[in-house]
Amino acid sequence: MTSRAGPGPDGPDRPDRPGRPEAAPGPGEGRELEDDPEDLYENTPCGQLSTLPDGRIVRVNATLLDWLGYRSEELVGRRTFSDLLTVGGRIYHETHLAPLLRMQGRIGGIALEMKAADGSRLPVMVASTVRDGSEGRPPLVRTSVFEARDRRAYETELLRARREAERERERVQQLATTLQRSLLPPALPGIPGAELAAHYHTASADEVGGDFYDLFPVSGGRWGLFLGDVSGKGAEAAAVTSLARYSLRAASVSDPDPVRVLANLNTVLEHENHGADPRFCTVVHGLLTPGEHGCGLVLASGGHPPALLLRADGTAEYLHTPGGQLVGVLPNAHFTATTVRLAPGDTLLLYTDGLTEARTDRTGRRGKRYGEEALLDFAAGLAPTSAAGAVAAVGALLEDLGEGVDDDTAVLALGVPASRKDPDGPDGP
Amino acid sequence: MDIVRRNNVTVTGREDGPVVVLAHGFGCDQNMWRLVTPVLAGEFRVVLFDHVGSGDSDPSAWDEARYSSLEGYAQDVLEICRELDLRDVTFVGHSVSAMIGVLAAPREPERFAGLVLLAPSPSYIDDGEYRGGFSEADIEELLESLESNYLGWSSVMAPVIMGNPDRPELGEELTNSFCRTDPRMARVFARTTFLSDNREDLAGVTVPTLVVECAHDTLAPREVGAFVRDRIAGSTLVTLDAHGHCPQLSDPGPTAEAIASFARAR
Repeated sequence: MTSRAGPGPDGPDRPDRPGRPEAAPGPGEGRELEDDPEDLYENTPCGQLSTLPDGRIVRVNATLLDWLGYRSEELVGRRTFSDLLTVGGRIYHETHLAPLLRMQGRIGGIALEMKAADGSRLPVMVASTVRDGSEGRPPLVRTSVFEARDRRAYETELLRARREAERERERVQQLATTLQRSLLPPALPGIPGAELAAHYHTASADEVGGDFYDLFPVSGGRWGLFLGDVSGKGAEAAAVTSLARYSLRAASVSDPDPVRVLANLNTVLEHENHGADPRFCTVVHGLLTPGEHGCGLVLASGGHPPALLLRADGTAEYLHTPGGQLVGVLPNAHFTATTVRLAPGDTLLLYTDGLTEARTDRTGRRGKRYGEEALLDFAAGLAPTSAAGAVAAVGALLEDLGEGVDDDTAVLALGVPASRKDPDGPDGP
Repeated sequence: MDIVRRNNVTVTGREDGPVVVLAHGFGCDQNMWRLVTPVLAGEFRVVLFDHVGSGDSDPSAWDEARYSSLEGYAQDVLEICRELDLRDVTFVGHSVSAMIGVLAAPREPERFAGLVLLAPSPSYIDDGEYRGGFSEADIEELLESLESNYLGWSSVMAPVIMGNPDRPELGEELTNSFCRTDPRMARVFARTTFLSDNREDLAGVTVPTLVVECAHDTLAPREVGAFVRDRIAGSTLVTLDAHGHCPQLSDPGPTAEAIASFARAR
């Protein structure tokens, strides 16, 4: 059924319409239907513009004249393409488009704004090609202009959203940095007869890690120190980190014994852990007694990687504290302590597992980890060293491991300066 | 810091020839000199580079604070000269690089034999008697044009910005690739270029200077060329019968000739 009397579902019939409207034209028939190149040029649904290399317009089609509200004679031979652009667009044309066109003979996908005769602006997308000059004809630049009002509105919205997202991200990073800083001491104190250094490596600028350390005076000229790692990341982990840090410091005031300080923290965290997202931590806690010729140190650990001792004689060893359990998981967790003497030239290194768990094989997600064995070799290569030297070396190691370090890493070193062996020391004149 | 890698420095031409350093302006990269370089190469040792933030410069060298002032770019020029141990340099600065040369030369005048300022403008913004050609609102509009274009180009730009050395086939599909820049960096360079005012710095130039302007330049009007010549003692002004702001592309012959005859006389 090709024709039907009366209005149908497609609207009123058009009597002047040729028959068989849904039939496709046969081969060659299309050229006969679209047989006027001049009409196609003038009225095609995009603007067409041809210019000389110096920019002067030599021809412009009816579509573009209609969009801009000009008559052909107002533009041809009188104006340049860049005259029809906004000032910003003109600068862009001179600094980007014209050179590109010279260099590669064509450009495409360029967003510009054209100025209409009445001063209004027309957002457009532009593509140009160069027709080489030959047989006395100068080269021509042919430009097609596509109306892009809707597209521009959409792009503007995208840009706005992107700027918003960038601002938000900066805010989050700022917040994470501030929060992180609040979890670490602003500066390490000076301890007579000991040298200190610390480093915090941030794996992600967007999230607060759960690593922490501190060093502070307790009664009897002694010092408490700790370094730990709360499970997880983000604000929740930061809240637990803050709680852990203050609990450790508060407990040290009444009784600085490292095993009892850890037991206290265990009780505090275990009480907190009734939510759906339980948090625990690993901590190494020490009590330092500085002396005339070195320091005494009692070290207790709750599930934390063993501390490293870099000796003055060039050897390195782990200080194991066997049996120490994770802090905050079990009601009566067990902690053990070890006692060590730091002689002049010795350096103690505490670290979190961001270092030992760093991936060394960058090819696979489940690549090899750096590991405690490699760290021990690394330490042996450093010894003897100083606190600052050890921390600088580990900082450089973390840089080398690069993106393989996917967790935050805290490093705290405590050394007894070798210069205390100096004969002009306490026994000198 | 590997300066050669940072600025993608390339050296071509006669090894024992006098040194000509060609510095591109805002927009593209050292490809801007591709029509002039072959003309100069027979006689001179030609040194080309990309400013940090443009072309194939090292993106990790980007430092927003450093490159928010033309001093940062001038510092880079001096570092390139030191790294390559260049002496008696004829520095050719196009557009904003003209002012970068104006800042660099007085710092180590003994290194420079002369300056060629190609289509220079010490300040693009009108100020009282001074006609720079633009208002501050115009420049804001340019920055907007840049933003909308980087979005429009994103499909083309993304693979370039990410860097795909292992996929050379991408290179063939890329249009507009000579002006590729990270949009963040381009924004800073655009601001630095068009908002800097170096009119006071012109008097500090003590090395021989040639000012080359285009007769029909929509970015740097004729008055600006004369202004630069008047403020640099002993400088000469040459006007090329060229349309647009990039005579090294539109009129490479006369541009190369102006550079060569000046550099030859140093």
